[in-house]
Parts: sequence; structure tokens; C-alpha cells
Amino acid sequence: MGRFILRRALFGILVLFVISFAVFLLFFVVAPGDKAGNFCGKGCTPERLAQIRALYHLDQPWPSQYLLYVKRLVLHGDLGYSFTNQQPVRAIIFDRAPATASLALGAAIVWLSIGIPIGILAATKPRSLRDRAATSFALAGLSIPTFVLGLLLIYLLFYQLTVHGAAFFPAGQYVPLTQNPWEWAKHLFLPWLTLAVVSAASYSRITRGSLLEVLGEDYIRTARAKGLSERRVIYRHGLRSALTPVVTLLGIDVGTLLGGAIVTEAVFGLGGIGQTAVQAVINGDLPIIFGTVLFAAFFIVVANIFVDIAYAMLDARVRLA
Amino acid sequence: MTAEPQVDHAGRDIHTQAGDVLLTVKGATKYFPIKQGIIFQKEVARVHAVDGVDLEVRSGETLGLVGETGCGKSTLARLIAGLYPMTKGTVSFDGSDITNLPRKKMRPFRRDIQMIFQDPYGSLNPRRRVGSIIGDPFDIHGVADGAERKKRVQELMEVVGLNPEHFNRFPAEFSGGQRQRIGVARALALRPKLIICDEPVSALDVSIQAQVINLLDDLQNEFGLTYIFIAHDLSVVRHVSDRVAVMYLGKIMEIGPVDDLYGLPRHPYTNALLSAVPVPDPDRADSRERIILRGDVPSPVNPPTGCPFHPRCPKAQEICVQEMPPLVPVFDDPDTHLTACHFPVPEGEDISQCTPGIDQSGTGPLVGADLSAITTGS
Amino acid sequence: MTLIAADEVAEQKGGGSGPDISAPAAIQGRTPLQLAWARLRKDKVSMACLVVIVLLILVAIFATQLTDLIGHGPNEQYRDKGLAPNGLPVSPSGFFWLGGDDVGRDVLSRIIHGTRISLLVGVVATAMAVIIGVVVGTTAGYFGGRVDTLLSRTMDVFLSFPFLLFAISLVSVFSPSVKISIFVIAFFTWANVGRIVRGQVLSIREKEYVEAARSLGAGDFRIMAVDVLPNLVAPIIVYSTLLIPTAIVFEATLSFLGLGVPIPTPTWGNMIAESQGTYQQAWWFLVFPSLALFITTLAFNLLGDGLRDALDPRAARVLARK
Repeated sequence: MGRFILRRALFGILVLFVISFAVFLLFFVVAPGDKAGNFCGKGCTPERLAQIRALYHLDQPWPSQYLLYVKRLVLHGDLGYSFTNQQPVRAIIFDRAPATASLALGAAIVWLSIGIPIGILAATKPRSLRDRAATSFALAGLSIPTFVLGLLLIYLLFYQLTVHGAAFFPAGQYVPLTQNPWEWAKHLFLPWLTLAVVSAASYSRITRGSLLEVLGEDYIRTARAKGLSERRVIYRHGLRSALTPVVTLLGIDVGTLLGGAIVTEAVFGLGGIGQTAVQAVINGDLPIIFGTVLFAAFFIVVANIFVDIAYAMLDARVRLA
Repeated sequence: MTAEPQVDHAGRDIHTQAGDVLLTVKGATKYFPIKQGIIFQKEVARVHAVDGVDLEVRSGETLGLVGETGCGKSTLARLIAGLYPMTKGTVSFDGSDITNLPRKKMRPFRRDIQMIFQDPYGSLNPRRRVGSIIGDPFDIHGVADGAERKKRVQELMEVVGLNPEHFNRFPAEFSGGQRQRIGVARALALRPKLIICDEPVSALDVSIQAQVINLLDDLQNEFGLTYIFIAHDLSVVRHVSDRVAVMYLGKIMEIGPVDDLYGLPRHPYTNALLSAVPVPDPDRADSRERIILRGDVPSPVNPPTGCPFHPRCPKAQEICVQEMPPLVPVFDDPDTHLTACHFPVPEGEDISQCTPGIDQSGTGPLVGADLSAITTGS
Repeated sequence: MTLIAADEVAEQKGGGSGPDISAPAAIQGRTPLQLAWARLRKDKVSMACLVVIVLLILVAIFATQLTDLIGHGPNEQYRDKGLAPNGLPVSPSGFFWLGGDDVGRDVLSRIIHGTRISLLVGVVATAMAVIIGVVVGTTAGYFGGRVDTLLSRTMDVFLSFPFLLFAISLVSVFSPSVKISIFVIAFFTWANVGRIVRGQVLSIREKEYVEAARSLGAGDFRIMAVDVLPNLVAPIIVYSTLLIPTAIVFEATLSFLGLGVPIPTPTWGNMIAESQGTYQQAWWFLVFPSLALFITTLAFNLLGDGLRDALDPRAARVLARK
């Protein structure tokens, strides 16, 4: 087990290096234009330009720029300074992370509590009316893009309700949990719902599929044959192994979202990592793009390792070779 | 293939008039590495699948190869067919060394050495029409194409007893026995000299087995084929073979003409195998002593020292742990009947009464491994 | 009727103990794809989706002719009739069947032209991803060993990218266009295809018919083309059908974030983005492009599900067995 985790972790670090290098190449080598000039803006003086070049090491050849960047990151955890407001990138990311984390984790709880029960309902009576209803819900959820659902929810649950004098759900903005938990939840309700409905679809599909498969196995027949109640068969014996793929999907989804729920944040103006990253891309703010991509990649890599370990622990058939 | 083993279908005595040596295998060895490692994979162990096998196959004969599952007989077949690279040893065919030839140089020999596979479902690509499967050898070797290829494929289908009009069907539309006939037709297409039959009937119903065996028999006479016939069913092997080799854990334990080996088995392992063959006569079956072997077949990753059979052999002594006995004629056996045993079984000895001279307790629980499941083709 | 009967006979024989082949039946065996098509034809939902998709393709091909018929080009602005006196979009009427947008253009006409971009991006990006994925996945799965390690790890790296973020970065660096959207989408989806194909090839490689081909002297290239690829057709068809809607949504998302196809070219994504300022008063401006997007993705997803059942009848039976 230890060897397995070590191997996965080493590979994860390698992946982070490859990704950081790819982003670096893309922005510092492939991308056209003079970075320092862009950054310096209109009223630029030669002295200021030189100063900027030196500050961001733009006066050096790109390989040493990259090495300097990596060195600072590894030794000091320093991601550099934003081009637009000169704040340290690390501080900006830490400032925006709570909004993203609140969104991702809250939504995950909501989609699990919608998706898994629907999947179980469908799998326990395959080909019935309720199975068809569940399958249709899943396909509809899979087919609706996040931003479309978000805008429709804002239109129906924010705008229409507000027009009719019942302003329950504010559309957007993030209120920190520590400041006001009630407002925090209220402001996040629509974003949670959006992400949850879109994702619950995959979860109900996966739960249905894998539970159906497990319920066809011999040991389930044995459990039924020895007279256990159907409820016990499904919840005690079936669900445990049926949930393995759900754990896999959950790990990867949450990992991806923690690095920035770009679309949902953009629709609701939550000001999390994702929205910050999109802004940075539009502004050409390289240090922030760099920092957010690495931050997001870090969570994906960690989630992948976590999923592999969880998978191995849940499913005894997987060998840790 | 001989129903009456002493005499072949032309009335010649096989054992005095065997053909020239067609295939020689010397010291054939195949280890499969087991790798492990964090970043760089290191070999930590190896599976000793085939361990120093010497064989000769003469033109026109059928050599039966028997042994339990996992004894290396299928690996040996694939080494001869050049499907796996050999770890050690040589194979020569018709006087030419064909050991580990690169694919291009191996091509001409592929026409002479063909294989029939065990699984009639797995050995035919379900997505391709039967005509194109049987025509594959022509296509690969650029022998015939267009109408000529179709004609030859249909001839082949007729030869193996298939309806040539079913040329355009898919394998799924045929039964198991018919599929095996398709496999036979494909093997026959290039008129090979040697056909390696890797358990060709063990996946078939017993009633179908006889049909396929008779077909192989007829084809041998018609085309002068040489067979290596692998099976775990001793009665099938007895029926089809001129000579039989018994394998255990990658090594040949005993080899000899079919009647010598079945009539006077010298190796304790051969005795054990034969004692488990069901006998149709209930009186004889009752009077017969079943030899129950102790423990399971040891892992080929860590094969036992000396004779690999020593942990289960009722006649094992200290020397069996130390030394692998050579494959030689024992007692007054003819030099065609070879046995690799320090203590071969003389005529009339009942080895179920023997007690080993070494401690075999480390080899597993004292549960008799029931060999009948293996030898009757389960 | 005879079609269905033959179908069942063939399936029984697949089970192993079917009737003898001398039974009177067509000599010409039907290909697995023909059998799948016969099954698909019986599935009403899939056929309906297929009709919708064919219609969409026709709309995309004849977009210009259609908008000529309507009389409003996708980028023509009607400042007098197309905008309400207060400057808001006009609602659906005989003039603009699906209403107007915020600068007085015909929403219907723009949706029709948007179909073109969506399908083009969806189909071309999927085709590229599938081709790369199949080549890499087959190579990795077939050759195994170091080649497999290298290619699999490469795919793992691609799958570890925060793809949407990296995609918008790529687009911003190369400046948005249809071409760059297609490229970026293919760039971030091929590894998914590759991983699935590799898994399939790993199991096909162990089949005896591959060994049989090798014993006949067939080369690696021939084995891959003749024995491996045909067995990948079914999963590739299903997966492609499911990838197309993903690619369409991906494109719409890029356009929505302002990093897809540049304005004024109409796409469903940038129409939805443009509607953000006014849709609270002009619902049609949001709803109709969204509906077009939803119907398209739903049709592909439903068809993909139907295809999966039709191409792999055994899987469907396992599910039905309970």
C-alpha cells in the first residue's frame, strides 16, 4: 500500500511539472506579443519597462525564467505577483478559494442526495415507469449545459420570484460562511442547485448501472436465497460494491471543481478561483493564470490519487501492483 | 492417428517405419518474468512454464502431449509455433533452425507449421465472414486471390465437411463443432507439414469430439500430416497418438509409444494419471487401486528442486530432492520409451502401497488431489 | 417479419447450441452492423432522435437558403421593426417568429446559422478526437510494454489538465476562431477515447483469433487492421455519438465565456451570452437558443443510448434479466 501511494504521488508530481511546463511554454514562448509592454500599459516609460522586465525576470531567456519560477514555487511556495494589481498570486488564490470550496462541497452533498436515491429507485425496479422517469431525468440533466440551467434558474427562481414579491434566492455574490452562515447558504442555493442537477444525472445513471450489475451477481442471489429482506439485500450487500464507481466519479468531480467551477462561478458571479482565472485569461495576467492552472491541476492530481486508494480499499479485487 | 496403434492405415508398422525427423526441440525453456517496481520495473520472479524440454517429432506420426492444466504443454506448443520467443533452447524444423526467427524470416515456415486452437469461439474473429477467415492464409501469403481464392476456400470447406455455400456467414451462425472445422480448414489451407493441435476437442461436447477427431484422422491420411496433439484427456490421447509424452511442471516425465506407455507406465506420475482414468467395466473399476496424490501442483514460480514431482511422489527419496533424473530407457524398455525417474515403477508394483522416504508435510494438507477431473476432460 | 425471425435464429446460434446450419435460411450472413440496425429500427426513441439529427444536419447545410426564405439574414439589424421603442428586443410575432435580440436581429435566423457552427464543431472535433484516440489507444493496447506505459502516462497527463481553464488559455493565446475551438476540444477529449480504446484492445489482444492470425504469419499492422479494429467499431460508434453533444456543449461554453467563435458569427453559445443583459425582459432571447442546444444534445445522447443497446444486445439483456 505504501509503495502504491508513493508511486502515485511521484507520478502526480511529474504531472504537475508537465502541466506547469506546458502552461509556461504556451504563455511565455508560443504566445505572441511583448508581455512587459502589455503589462506596462499606455503611459509606459523605458525605465518602468526595464523595471518590470527585471521584476518578472522577463529579461532572461525563457528556460531560466521557468527555472526561477519553479525554484521560487518549490522553495517558498511563491507564485509571483499579479500583473494587474501587483498582489501576490498566492494571496489572491487563498482569498478566492473559500467561495469555490463552498460551492463544490455543498453542491456535491446536494447531487449525491439527489442522484444516488434516484439511481437506487431505478435499479430496484428496472424497466418500470419509475425507472423510465429516472432515466429520462438523467438524460435531460446530462444534456443541459450548466450555464443554460444556471441562467434558467436565475430567471425562474430569482427574477420571476422577485417580480412577484418573493425574493428568496439571491442570484450570485458570495457571502463568507464566517460572516453570516444563513446568507452564505442563501446566496449559494441557486449555484448549488445548478451544479447539483447537472451532476446528479451522471450519479443516478452510474448508481443504476452498477447496482443492476451487482444485483445480478451470485452472492446477491445467495443473500436472497437465505431469506434476507429485499431492503437488506440491496442496502447491506448490493450497495457497498455498487458504490465503487460512484466514489471514483465523486473524487474526480470534486477535485476538478475545487480548482475552479468556471462556468457556474461565471454565471452567478461568485468570485471564486474559476472566475478569477477567466478574468486573468481575458486580461492576459500571466502569473494568475499560471497560479490558478497549477492550483486546479494540484486538486485533480490529488483527487486521482485519492480515488485510486479509495477504489483499492473498497474493491478487494484490485491489486496494488 | 491410429485406431489400432501398432499399424497405420496403409498397413505399415509405424514403429519400425517411422518417417524422417521433422521437428527437433532441444532444451526448450520459457520463463515468463514477473515484474514489480515503483518507477522502473524490475524482474522479481519468473514463471517456469517450460523447463528444458527435448522432443523429436517424425514425419507422419502423431505425438500426444498430456499433463495437468498449467504444466506448460500449451506454452510448449506456442514455442514450437514461434508465437513466443524462447528463453533458452532451439527448435529446428525440416533441418533448419527456426529458433526465435524474426517475423519475415519465419514466414516461409509458417506455411509448414500450423495450429488448431482450443476455443472454437475465441479462435474465430466474430466480426469476419467465414470465407474471409479461411482465406486469411492465402491473403497473408499472397497465394491466391479473387475468384481463385474463393474456389480454394470452398474446396477447403468441403474437405472439412462444411457446406461451401456458407462462405458468407459469420462464426456466430455455426455450432461449436462446425467452428472447430472452420479452424481446421484455416490450418489446412497452405498444406502444412505439421499441425499443432492445442486441445482441439476439449471445449466440445463428447459426441462432437469424435467427429472432429475422425476428421483430423482422415486429413492425416489424405494429406500426410504430422500432428502434435495436446490434451488433458488421456483416453483421447490414447486414441489419436502414435507416441505420447507426459509433462509435469514444464518438464517431460515420460515419453514412449502409446501402447508401451499405457501398458507399462514407468513414472509414478504417469501411473497416478492412468489410475484416475475411468474404466467402463465396473468390476475392473472396483478392483483397481486409485493412486491419490498429496497436495496440489506446486507453483511454477518456485518449482521444487530436483525432480519437480518429489513433493507429491509416493516413491520419493532424498536423491529426488537433489537431482533431476535424466530421461532414459529404464529396466528393459526399448530406447523409444524414456522415463525421467530415479525409482521407476517395475511391472506389477502397486505404488499406492509405497511410502515416501522424505518429509512431504510442507507440501500442503493431506487432501488427495482428485486427478479424475483432469484426466477425463471435465 | 422474416427479418426479425432470421435475427433471432442468428442470436440463438450465437448461444452455442442452435439448430443446424442446414436449416433453410439466407446463405448470406448479415453483418453485426446490419443486425444492430435491425434492432435499432425497432426502437422508436432512437429513430425519433435520428430524424431530429437528420433534420438538424439539413438545417445546417441549407442554413443560407432557409434564412433567405424567412427573409432575415443572421446579421441583419432591423433598428425600426426589430427593437421595441424602449430599446428592448421585440417579442415573437409574425415578423420575428422567435422574437428579436438586443440589437434587432432575428433570433430564428441566428439559431439556424448557429446550428451550422454547433454541428461543424461537434462533428469535426469528435472525429479528430476519435481518430487520435483510436490510433494512440490501439498502439498502446496492442504493443503493451514500454510503448503502453509511455502512451498511457501521456493520456493520464492529458486527463489531469484542468481542461476548461487550459482550453480558454489556449484560445486566448491563439485568438478565438472556429478552427481553434475545434482543435482545443479535440485536444482535450482524445485521451478519453484513447483510454477506452486501449482497454478494449487489451482484451482483444488476448483473444485466440489474434494468436491464430500471428501463427499464420500476419504482421502487426495487418492484425490491427483486420482483427482488432473491426471489433472496436461498436464502442467507437457509441462513444462518438456521445462525444458529439459533449463537444457541442464545450463549444457553446467557450462561446458563452466569450472565448469561442468570435461575434458577430451566430452560435448558440454566444447568443445565450448576449441574452444575459436583457433576458429578464426578453425570455425568448435566452430560451430559444437554449432549447436548440438542449434538443440537439438530448437527441445525440438518446441515440447514443439506443445505439449502445442495439450494438451490444447482451448488455441490454443483462439489465433486463433483473
